[in-house]
Amino acid sequence: MILARFLGPRVWILVAVILAAAVLVPMANLGLPRDHPLHVPSYAVQLWGRFVCYALLALALDLVWGYVGILSLGHGAFFALGGYAMGMYLMRQIGARGGYGNPVLPDFMVSLNWKELPWYWYGFDQFWFACLMVVLVPGLLAFVFGFFAFRSRVTGVYLSIITQAMTYALLLAFFRNDMGFGGNNGLTDFKDILGFPIQAVSTRAALFAASCVALAIGVLLVGWITRSKLGKLMIAVRDAESRTRFIGWRPEYVKLFAFTVSGVMAGVAGALYVPQVGIINPGEFSPLNSIEVVIWAAVGGRGTLIGPVLGALLVNYGKTIFTTVWPETWLFLLGGLFVFVTLLLPRGIVGTIDHGFDAFRATRRARDAEKGEAAGAVPNPAE
Amino acid sequence: MNRAIPWLLLSLAVLLFGPGPAAAQQAEADPAAIVQKFGGKQSFDATEAVIAELAATGDERVARALRALRDGDLYWRESDEAVFVATRKGGDYEIFDPITGASAGTVPSGDLQKVRVKNSIRNAVTGALGTLTLRADNPAQRMRAASTLFSEADPEMIGPLDAAIAAEEDAAVKARMEEARASAVLASDLPAEDKAAAAKVLAGRADRESLTMLIRFAGATDDPVARQAAEAAIVAIQNNIAFWNQMQNVWYGLSLGSVLLLAAIGLAITFGVMGVINMAHGEMVMLGAYTTFVVQEFIRNNAPGLFEWSLAIALPLAFLVSGAVGLVMERGLIRFLYGRPLETLLATFGVSLILQQAVRTIFGPSNRQVGNPDWMSGAFDVGLMSVTWNRLWIIVFALVVFLALLAVLNRTPLGLQMRAVTQNRRMAAAMGIRTPWVDAMTFALGSGIAGIAGVALSQIDNVSPNLGQSYIIDSFLVVVFGGVGNLWGTLVGAMSLGVVNKFLEPYAGAVLGKIVVLVLIILFIQKRPRGLFAQKGRFVDA
Repeated sequence: MILARFLGPRVWILVAVILAAAVLVPMANLGLPRDHPLHVPSYAVQLWGRFVCYALLALALDLVWGYVGILSLGHGAFFALGGYAMGMYLMRQIGARGGYGNPVLPDFMVSLNWKELPWYWYGFDQFWFACLMVVLVPGLLAFVFGFFAFRSRVTGVYLSIITQAMTYALLLAFFRNDMGFGGNNGLTDFKDILGFPIQAVSTRAALFAASCVALAIGVLLVGWITRSKLGKLMIAVRDAESRTRFIGWRPEYVKLFAFTVSGVMAGVAGALYVPQVGIINPGEFSPLNSIEVVIWAAVGGRGTLIGPVLGALLVNYGKTIFTTVWPETWLFLLGGLFVFVTLLLPRGIVGTIDHGFDAFRATRRARDAEKGEAAGAVPNPAE
Repeated sequence: MNRAIPWLLLSLAVLLFGPGPAAAQQAEADPAAIVQKFGGKQSFDATEAVIAELAATGDERVARALRALRDGDLYWRESDEAVFVATRKGGDYEIFDPITGASAGTVPSGDLQKVRVKNSIRNAVTGALGTLTLRADNPAQRMRAASTLFSEADPEMIGPLDAAIAAEEDAAVKARMEEARASAVLASDLPAEDKAAAAKVLAGRADRESLTMLIRFAGATDDPVARQAAEAAIVAIQNNIAFWNQMQNVWYGLSLGSVLLLAAIGLAITFGVMGVINMAHGEMVMLGAYTTFVVQEFIRNNAPGLFEWSLAIALPLAFLVSGAVGLVMERGLIRFLYGRPLETLLATFGVSLILQQAVRTIFGPSNRQVGNPDWMSGAFDVGLMSVTWNRLWIIVFALVVFLALLAVLNRTPLGLQMRAVTQNRRMAAAMGIRTPWVDAMTFALGSGIAGIAGVALSQIDNVSPNLGQSYIIDSFLVVVFGGVGNLWGTLVGAMSLGVVNKFLEPYAGAVLGKIVVLVLIILFIQKRPRGLFAQKGRFVDA
C-alpha cells in the first residue's frame, strides 16, 4: 500500500498498538476472571478510555499547533461542543425515566417550567443526527472563527488570546440557564446509549474500544494530511508564513483547513468522552482545560504524531496519581511542567529523542564521510 | 428613643437631689413636658400661650402635636390630664404619644376630652409651625423643614412658606422652600394658573418624588391648563430621570473601566511595551491583594490605630512584592524565551499555576477579608445618582497610576532607556544601554504596577487565590483592543469596554452583556488586528 510507505513504520506501530489496546483491554476486562493477573479492572477501562479521548484532543491540537504553528487556547471549546451534542442525544434517550417523567423534555427544562423543546434540541433523539452534529457544530464554529481570524491575518499570540476569549465566552454562555443546556449543572444522569445501559461494564469496554478506534483513525488522518503535499505547505506556513504567501500560496486557506479538521477531531473526542464520564457541564469550556491540552502536546512533542498521544496519556496518568495521593502538589507540578518543558524540553519527549537520534546519525555520517573522503568517496553532508 | 435615656436619667436625678433650678429649666425646655400643658380645661389664651412656648423650643418634633391641635385631633385624658393625639377607631379612640407618635393603646371615647380650638388658635398654630421650623436659625434645620413640608404637601402651610421664602437669604434653602410651596399648591384649591406655575417649579426639581406627585395631580385634576402644565412637567422630569440613569450607567462604566485599567495597565508595560505574554500577570495582582491582607492583619494585631493608613502602607509593599516576583521571573525564566512568544505564554502560565497554588497553600483556598478604611466606605448623591466613595477613589487611583506610569515612561532615564530598547534593541545596546538590565527593570515595573492594582482591587473584590484569573482575559483584551505598545490606547480601551459593558447590561443582562462584549472585541480584532491605536511604521513587526 502506498499509505504504508508514505507514513513510515513508526506510525503504523502506533496505530497497531492502539488497535491492539482496543481489542485486548476489553477482552482482559470482560473475558478474564477478576483474580487473573492480567485482568483489567473496570475503573481502569473507564480511566484510560477518558485518556484516549484526551489523546485524540491533543492530536487535534497538534495538527494546528505542531504543524501549522497556530497555538489555539480554545480547543476545549470544540471538545465541549462535541460533548454537548452527544450529551443532548443521551438526554433525549432518558425519555420518561427522568425525575419528572416527562417523555420529551429533559428534567432541567421541566424544572425551569419550559413547555416545549427548544428548536435546537430537535433531532437529537436520533443517533445519526447527533453524530452529524458532533462533527458539524465544532467544525462549523472552527470554520467560521478561522475564516474571519485567518482572513484578517490575526496571528501568533493575538490568535491565542482570541481563541481563549472564544472559549471563555462560550463558558459564560453555557452557564446561563436560559441557553437550554442545563446551565451550571450541564447534562447528566444518562441512562443508555444506542439501547445499551451506559453504566454497564460491557458498554464501558465498548466505548473504550470505540475511542481507541477513533484515535487510530485520527492518527492515520493526521499522518496522511501532514505527509501529503498539503502537509508540506502547512509546515511552510508554520515556518515562514510571509514567504509562503509571496511564493503564491494562500496561507489562510491552509490554516483554515487544518483548523477546521482539528476542530472536528476535538468534537469527536468530546463526543466519545461524555458517555464515559457520564456528565458534560460548562466547566469543560474553562480556559484552563484548553491550556492543559497544550501542555500534553508540548510534553509529548509537538509536530510529531506519537508525541501528543504519549503526552496526553502520561500527563493525565500523572494527574490521576498526584491528585489522589497528594492533591496539593498537582498544580505545582503542572506549573513546573509548563516551565520545564518550554525552557528545557522545547521539542517534547518524542522530539528530543528524535533530535538526539538525528544528531547521533549526523555525527556518525560525518565520521563515515571523513573516512570515506580519506578513501576518495564523495562526501555526503547531512542536514 | 435616644432622647428617652437622658430624660430618664434626669428624672432619676430629680428624684435623688430634689428639683434644683438647673433641672427645672431643662425640664421646661423639654417639648414633651410642654405639650402636657394642653391637658385640663383651659382658656383659649392659655392654649395660645402653650403654642407660643412650644414654638419657642425650636424643636421640630412638636410639629406633630401642633398639627393635631389644628386639625382637632389633640385630646387629653380625664383621669390624669395626659395629652394624646387620637384617631377614632370604631367606638373607641386609638391614642398616640404627641411627640414620638408611638401608639399608646385604645381608650373608650368617654375618657378623652378634646383640646378646644377656634380659628384664632388654628392661625396661631399655622404661624407657629412656620416659625418653628422654617424660621429656625440653623439653615440645615430650615432645609430639613422645607424637605419635610415638600413630602407633606400641606395646603395650610402655603402662608407660612410664603413668609419664610420672603425672609430667606440662603439660596439653596429658598429653592427648597419654593418646591415645598409648589407641592402644597398642587394639593390646595388655588386657581389653575398657580398650579401650573407650581408644576413648573416641580419640573425644575425633577426627581422621582415630584414625578409621582405630578402624576397623581395630573390624574386627579379637571382643569386643562393645570393638567397640561403638569404633563409637560412630567415629561421634563422623565427626561431628566432618564438622563441621570444614563449618567449612572456611564458612572458604573467608568468605574468598571477603571478596574479594567488597573488590571491591564501593568500588562500594557510587560505585554504592550516589551511584547512578553505574561499569563502570570493576574497573579501579580493577586499578590498585591494578599499583601494588603497581610498588612491589615499585622496592623490589626499590632497597631489598630494605623488601620486608616493600611492601604497607604500596603501600596509600596505590594509594589515591592510583585515587582520582586516579576524580577525573579524575568531573570530566571522569561529572558531565555525572548522572541518565542508562544513559549513565553506557556511558561508564564505555569508560573501562574505555581503562584496560585502557593498562595492557596499558605493562606488557604477561601476568601480573605480585607477591610475598607472609613474614607473608602459610604456614598453620596450627585443629582439623582448615588456615588460610592470606594468606586470614586478607585477611579481617581487608576488615573493617578496611569499618569504616574506615563511620567515614568516619558520623563525618567529608565523610561527613556525602556523606549530605546523596545524601538531598537541593538542600537540601544550600541549606545551603551544595558539592555538585559532594562528588560528586567521594565518587567519588574509592570509587575509592581500589577501589585498596586491588587491593593485597589482588594477593596472591591474577593481576595482569593483565583482573584488574578478573573482579570487576566479581560486585561489582555483591553491591551489588545487599545493597541499594543500604547498606554493611551489602554486607557481608552479600558474605559470604553467598561462603559459599553454597563450599557449593555440593562438590555442583555450581566452575563450576556459580557459575552456580547467579548464577541464584539473578537470581531474588532478581525477588523483591526493591531488594536484601536495601532503603532505605525517600521516598528510594527520588529
